[in-house]
Amino acid sequence: MSTLLRLATAGSVDDGKSTLVGRLLYDSKSVLADQLDAVRRVSEDKGLGHVDLALLTDGLRAEREQGITIDVAYRYFATPRRAFILADCPGHVQYTRNTVTGSSTADVLVLLVDVRKGVLEQTRRHLSVGRLLRVPHVILAVNKIDLVDYSADAYEAVAEQARALASGLGVDLHTIPVSALAGDNIVERSERTPWYAGPSLLELLETLSPEDVADADFRFPVQLTIRPQAAASGFEEYRGYAGRISSGRVAVGDEVVALPSGRRTRVVGIDLFGEELPDAVAPLSVTLRLADELDLARGEVLASGTPVEPTQDLDGTVAWLGMRPLRAGARVLLKHGTKTVQAMVRGVHGRLDLDTLTPVAAAALELNDIGRVELRLASPIAAEEYASSRTGGSFLLIDPQTGENLAAGMIRATNVDAFAAGDQLDWVI
Amino acid sequence: MPPTTTQAAPAASALDQLTLLEAEGIHIIREIVAELERPVLLFSGGKDSVVMLHLARKAFWPGPIPFPVLHVDTGHNFAEVLAYRDAVVAELGLRLIVARVQDYIDDGRLLERPDGTRNPLQTVPLLDAIVDGRFDAVFGGGRRDEEKARAKERVVSLRDEFGQWDPRNQRPELWSLYNPRHRPGEHVRVFPLSNWTELDVWRYIERERIALPELYYAHQRDVFRRDGMWLAASELLPLRPGETVERRVVRYRTVGDISCTGAVESDAASVADVIAEVAAVRITERGATRADDRLTEAAMEDRKKEGYF
Repeated sequence: MSTLLRLATAGSVDDGKSTLVGRLLYDSKSVLADQLDAVRRVSEDKGLGHVDLALLTDGLRAEREQGITIDVAYRYFATPRRAFILADCPGHVQYTRNTVTGSSTADVLVLLVDVRKGVLEQTRRHLSVGRLLRVPHVILAVNKIDLVDYSADAYEAVAEQARALASGLGVDLHTIPVSALAGDNIVERSERTPWYAGPSLLELLETLSPEDVADADFRFPVQLTIRPQAAASGFEEYRGYAGRISSGRVAVGDEVVALPSGRRTRVVGIDLFGEELPDAVAPLSVTLRLADELDLARGEVLASGTPVEPTQDLDGTVAWLGMRPLRAGARVLLKHGTKTVQAMVRGVHGRLDLDTLTPVAAAALELNDIGRVELRLASPIAAEEYASSRTGGSFLLIDPQTGENLAAGMIRATNVDAFAAGDQLDWVI
Repeated sequence: MPPTTTQAAPAASALDQLTLLEAEGIHIIREIVAELERPVLLFSGGKDSVVMLHLARKAFWPGPIPFPVLHVDTGHNFAEVLAYRDAVVAELGLRLIVARVQDYIDDGRLLERPDGTRNPLQTVPLLDAIVDGRFDAVFGGGRRDEEKARAKERVVSLRDEFGQWDPRNQRPELWSLYNPRHRPGEHVRVFPLSNWTELDVWRYIERERIALPELYYAHQRDVFRRDGMWLAASELLPLRPGETVERRVVRYRTVGDISCTGAVESDAASVADVIAEVAAVRITERGATRADDRLTEAAMEDRKKEGYF
């Protein structure tokens, strides 16, 4: 039995991220001989003079032709203790979109900096995105330590700079001196950095705890109703609500409330493929049977614990991913959990300057902007603040005509009181 | 030392990876069924499609699987795999749609390739079957760890009206908020096993005691060596000069077209043996057994762009 950790990697151009990812895959024996042969062959064909581990992850024709990384790539490696899903986020093209995507599911964000360059603007941006998306752990790998003769002072200067930035953002930062190329502190602790007493990158990844979605109030967005109805199946009267527990835990006998309708009932059965479970935790997919025939529709949320007041007004932070700018008055669809509702953008209240981490006045959001919006929904949803629940507080904005994803959204507040105050918005992420 | 947690592991983070991958797969399948009208599941009898079908059974139990299954038959399939396919379909009471490459070759819509492989020929019958069935979602067993073009594939991946994949213009996929919306004529391909590795698939087969076609396990077979692979002796594959048939103990790591799917020498006769073998093996399943993926660096990407699985 091994546990699962999801991580995202991000870095700036030429900081050695592809080499680091290649090193993790290679040293954990997740790169197999034929893949390595192919990379070696292509590296030779290109006359590179070294095996370019970036070719392991840059799989698309255009990427290899242009020598760039286009999109988030997912990689898999495992140790005896843990399996890892790695979202490798390219740093230069569409970095916001990619880092937001990778961070949205990550338990750990691994950022790279070149020890000779220190904390760059892009490091600052990536840290901000990690904070904004509430990635539980951030690791700063201070790379190319071999190129400064394994100097403790050089490492400490960069680490100190990063820690100051991180504490300002409220990020819990781990820093590690590494050389992805030489393998120092990646899998094994390096003897060439005796001044560093901490774990190697892989050791740290093996011990950090993933976000514990079970340690929260119970929330269960209903996906669909299961009513077999077939005669003589033995399940003619069966009615179950299928879904994935998005947070918390549930046991048979628990009182739950359906939102937004507010109807109350009790859980009388938790089913999984013929198995009756006494209880279940997030993020399991199960089917719940209820004491009363509530006739719940998709999109209702079964909940217990801290009450949720359904709302039609949202104060949200969005990462704008659409090609055309977002302006007040836009009509979009909003998907929250399993519920999709029409939404109107009542206002765009500025954007965040990721370089200075300060709010800037803006009436429109452009591609890759992170901005503050006021939304009015056509019907109420069981919204929660993103700061307290990544599942209950996240949403998508969708183009009703093309179906494209327009924005990744995070709920700041389930009311729009902040906007009444005028321009003096609190923008702390 | 950094502040690592030492308290007793809470239940959720102690869940093992197979349980989490299963929960994710079931969630994906249910989302698509809830949001779209006419899904179909690609079912070949290969291990990934078998696991995907198992997740679909779990997703809707005690109800039936609420969509048909589709098999693109190259005409060069292993008889025991077709028999397995038909037995599963009968047992679960599924509706099976078969799109036959042979029909297209017979009436001239497709030309047999000089190399005899029919895998790339599956794209047109697949796309026609999607149009004919008016399917708006197609579940496939593709995994991101299989191949580097697949590593960039979304769980829910848009196809245009020609069935084409545009890898440069994919929707960002955020949290677990899958968005299968599309315009009329377009459809989505959905990969519930995106995050599974070959080893995960085998461990899950063991855990759930899922039956597979027997050729996944070691057996005696008449084979011959070509392009560094053991191919099954068959009237479909005339021997070339220098090739000789010999009887060896082999198994298949992937199951596809006889003409391009190679066997590996193996004495792994049980699921546990296979797991031990896969854990130790140093060559990917496609590299070991799929001639069609060796054609060019971007063979899979090119086929996927045209609408392949």
